[in-house]
Amino acid sequence: MSRTIGIPATLTYYSYFPFWQTFFTRLGYKVIASPLSSKQIVDWGVKETVNDACIPIKLFHGHVVALRDKVDYLFIPRMVSVDGKATFCPKFLGLPDMIRASIAGLPRLIDERIELKNGARGLLKTCYKIGSNLKETPAKILRAYWAACKAHWQYQKLLIQGVLPGEILHQQEIVAVHDRRSAVNLAVLGYPYEVHDPFISVNLLQHLAAMNVKVWTVEMVPTHVLAKFRHCLPKNLFWHYSNRVVWACYYYLRQPIDGIIHVSAFGCGPDAMVDKLIELEAKKHNMPFMTLTIDEHTGEAGAVTRLEAFIDMVMFRRENR
Amino acid sequence: MKISFPHMGTSHIAFKHLIENLGHEAVVPPTPSKHTLSLGVQYAPEFACIPFKILLGSYLEVLERGAEMIISSGGVGPCRAGLYGMVHEKILRDLGYDVELLIFEPPLRGIVDFLKKIGRVIRPNGIGWGEFIKIFKTSWLKLVALDETEILSHQIRPYEVNRGETTRVFEECLSLIDKAWTREEILEAKHEAERKLRAIEQKQDYNPLRIGIIGEIYVVLEPFINLDIEKTLGEMGVETHRSIYLTDWTRDNTVFDGEKDIKKAARPYLNQLIGGHGINSIGETVLYAKNGFDGVIQLAPFTCIPEIVAKSILPQVSKKFDIPVMTIFLDEQTGKAGIQTRLEAFVDLLQQKREKRGVDVERVSGN
Repeated sequence: MSRTIGIPATLTYYSYFPFWQTFFTRLGYKVIASPLSSKQIVDWGVKETVNDACIPIKLFHGHVVALRDKVDYLFIPRMVSVDGKATFCPKFLGLPDMIRASIAGLPRLIDERIELKNGARGLLKTCYKIGSNLKETPAKILRAYWAACKAHWQYQKLLIQGVLPGEILHQQEIVAVHDRRSAVNLAVLGYPYEVHDPFISVNLLQHLAAMNVKVWTVEMVPTHVLAKFRHCLPKNLFWHYSNRVVWACYYYLRQPIDGIIHVSAFGCGPDAMVDKLIELEAKKHNMPFMTLTIDEHTGEAGAVTRLEAFIDMVMFRRENR
Repeated sequence: MKISFPHMGTSHIAFKHLIENLGHEAVVPPTPSKHTLSLGVQYAPEFACIPFKILLGSYLEVLERGAEMIISSGGVGPCRAGLYGMVHEKILRDLGYDVELLIFEPPLRGIVDFLKKIGRVIRPNGIGWGEFIKIFKTSWLKLVALDETEILSHQIRPYEVNRGETTRVFEECLSLIDKAWTREEILEAKHEAERKLRAIEQKQDYNPLRIGIIGEIYVVLEPFINLDIEKTLGEMGVETHRSIYLTDWTRDNTVFDGEKDIKKAARPYLNQLIGGHGINSIGETVLYAKNGFDGVIQLAPFTCIPEIVAKSILPQVSKKFDIPVMTIFLDEQTGKAGIQTRLEAFVDLLQQKREKRGVDVERVSGN
């Protein structure tokens, strides 16, 4: 029987799951991702987490509970930095410690620090550490690493082509709108674990597709294009995902789009800054802008009403132009 | 030039001294009030923490009084506070104010930028670098005098016989230090303040409960936000020890031996810098427990990321060292009566814990 490694299906899952899945599978492990977010998982999370935490962190705790008794190892890397400059949100930095302090009866944690100061070489080193802690041979680790990199590049390529992470990771069916001329073009900005999690975003992407909206997300912009906008702010944000959102905002403001929706979690620290920056920037460009704040109490009907009103307004503007 | 700065505890007295000695007009921010807060809340992002809102409110107040430049501090993250200068500036510009925000980043991050910004302040009045350093040193001395007077007041308050006397005397001491201008005068004012505080009639043979105050720097330092927690506890007969003072690194601290000690104490529970005072909150709790404190109160602004991480880890520390920890998240909705009730309950709990251990202790007043 092969040993199993559990990966909670939220937070960095949407960015790096194909990499880690391939890596551990090649090392001979069975990788189990937790099921899609659900009411049950949110309830578990809310029960285990400090009440002041944001919904993504509560959700993460819930996913850990869902996996707890099913796997031999839990993979919760300490995500510090992937570009050597911006770190992740402090809650990501303290995540393994929070999980340890809050949830009892955990399997063994793999909580290697991921802090890539010099790009790919740092990643190989980290993978080597993880592999050798699992008593694997260097050759095997190297092969697994290569396969993982290929899987990651493949994934990135699909994302840039406009495939949504949900469609790849959980074969979720979203009838995407492809004709950008007839459709309403909206930039839906936000962290991947909010925008692409159908439960917590109250099926935002499906609803938008049903309303004939062509959705543009942060993931569809290649990283090197995003990086061009790093001089737009006098001081960049400290957090990886937040920078990507703000840069994507600058990018889409220069594209022919009709409006911006910012998806943000209730009480999200970094988003307090991000949201204001986007709001002020959108105002400057006279671009319709809406913030959709989500938490465990968000009702689908309420969100849909707001979206419909927003899209009506955008359409009205377009027709009058 | 009319220059202003954020209000933070008693530090405005020293900043005023610095700005005026540099030949500018200091626009002293008014003590934060309901008005300050509602101004800030109106224009700040909803989930920004309360320091952001108070600062923004203060800036709007001093701008009404004609401030032309505001000096504040930056930071390197990952705590949000490092970005506040930039976002404040964008908001103020959007509101149509033409103000210069001078944000001082840590000098080690860019010494040239740091010196340039100092130059921007001292050059218009033709003050040389040597003179600036002299003025700065005197102001620093004032800041130290203020902090030391405050520390002493917190030590004496729980023993006072006439409730409220310490606070009254402390106010006198502040205006005494405020008036002192030269180095000698400041030293003299400090001694005078100490003498005045020590002259307060005190209870003898009284062994008060001791509570450590930890958390995010701004809410710990600014009594308006933390609803005067140290004064409230002091007047309940509890001795408080605060982990943070602006002039910390120059003082020999009786409980902590500097940052390094704190980080070392925190390592088994949180082995990663998470910005703000997150790691300090963990380490300081350990050290307070080891130094025989009865309890710890963590103060944090609502949505403060590092303190949320710390809060979720603190129960582990609390259990291991058998030290009660209470977390108070503060925002514009926090009410004084609610906090008072929670403090009384917490103090009751500590009292009972002591009695259980068989330590003879006089029941504290206010319960």
